[in-house]
Amino acid sequence: METQRVVSVPSEAAPQLEIHAPSAPVESQKKPKARGRTIVVTSGKGGVGKTTTTANLGIALASRGAKVVLVDADVGLRNLDLVLGLESRVRYHVLDVLEGKVSLADALVRDKRVQTLYLLAAAQDREKDDIATDAMIGLIEQLRGEFDYVLIDSPAGIEMGFKNAIAAADEAIVVCTPEVAAVRDVDRVVGLLGNRITVQLVVNRIRPALVRKGKMLSVDDVNAILRLPLLGVLGDAPDVIIATNRGEPVALDDASETGAAYRAIAARIAGEDVAAPQAAEPEGLLDKLGSFFGGRR
Amino acid sequence: MLNRVMEWFRTLFGTPSSSSVAKERLRLVLLSDHLALAPDVIEAMRRELFDVISRYVEVDEAHSDVSFEHKEKGIAMLASIPILSIKPREPESLPKEETSVLEAVTVNGHTSDNYGRRPRKRRRRKASGASQTAPAQ
Repeated sequence: METQRVVSVPSEAAPQLEIHAPSAPVESQKKPKARGRTIVVTSGKGGVGKTTTTANLGIALASRGAKVVLVDADVGLRNLDLVLGLESRVRYHVLDVLEGKVSLADALVRDKRVQTLYLLAAAQDREKDDIATDAMIGLIEQLRGEFDYVLIDSPAGIEMGFKNAIAAADEAIVVCTPEVAAVRDVDRVVGLLGNRITVQLVVNRIRPALVRKGKMLSVDDVNAILRLPLLGVLGDAPDVIIATNRGEPVALDDASETGAAYRAIAARIAGEDVAAPQAAEPEGLLDKLGSFFGGRR
Repeated sequence: MLNRVMEWFRTLFGTPSSSSVAKERLRLVLLSDHLALAPDVIEAMRRELFDVISRYVEVDEAHSDVSFEHKEKGIAMLASIPILSIKPREPESLPKEETSVLEAVTVNGHTSDNYGRRPRKRRRRKASGASQTAPAQ
């Protein structure tokens, strides 16, 4: 589907102008700092778990010792602070920084539970069109000089807010639930991400019992259509709901199964060779008989 | 694997599961989405279609129409291409003296430029088969 990709990037390597390798001491001094990775979490459809995934992956990556900043790009519908439980500590937002009202350092909220995690909140009283794409790219570039990971929580949709969110990202995690509408939207979004951005898939809210009964698309079904590298699979667990109620993401909870799944995804992002994403819980005999003798719809 | 076997039994004994209905619906809607999002591909396809047909007949391109129709089980491409006239068979580009075999090939519906990569054996068989019909013309 190359043709539907909107963002195009010249595939040719830059012309080789330098004849000598840069070996002069002046140039080695100028060598830029290691740049962090910029990863946008997106999906097209709303309500599939983008913000929850951003929050938990931020916590899981920071718990590994990485310096992580989470950027809420959902201007006008700020939520990442709430899911993280940091809402009471947000004083400034992205637009305050972009408009020069405060410094970037002043706008960053540091998570007290995981000391290497920071949040840059979205503006709540503004609109997505208020941010210029170039300004957003500049901001993310600045952040990646300071952090190992810049995770950008994209808004739903494919309009301006989405475009701003992906503009500075090199990688994307697309979140998809096993529903027809979510799959279709992810397919569209992947087309818009173009060849420049590396895309990986997280399938969220899988219910293995329903999958076995033929009442829910399986991870394989979803990915037979999307054909993306599978980064992780998350179950539809009640502890996520409880965690969001409390503002204490599951990745903070060592006992949580979903928390462990997020930690495994974080390890995979960091390049560890963690076991392949789990597909489903072991199947019981009753389930097999039950699904065989009917009860499908 | 087990799921697939179960699915097979389900389809054998009546209605398909809702997840397989979802799969099929997704397949169709994405096919249609991708076509709609790729006007350049459709144009290239249309172009080549005309090129091929124009080798044999004169077509009225201005009154042609290529469209897609949604059917229950898939999407069909419909091409309506008015034909103005049939083109005369292309004269062979090779010298006349060698025509006995080549003419026969033309009678068989293959012009002489029918791909040098065709296996030799097959060509010879076709040619000899056709040469029997050639004198009848």
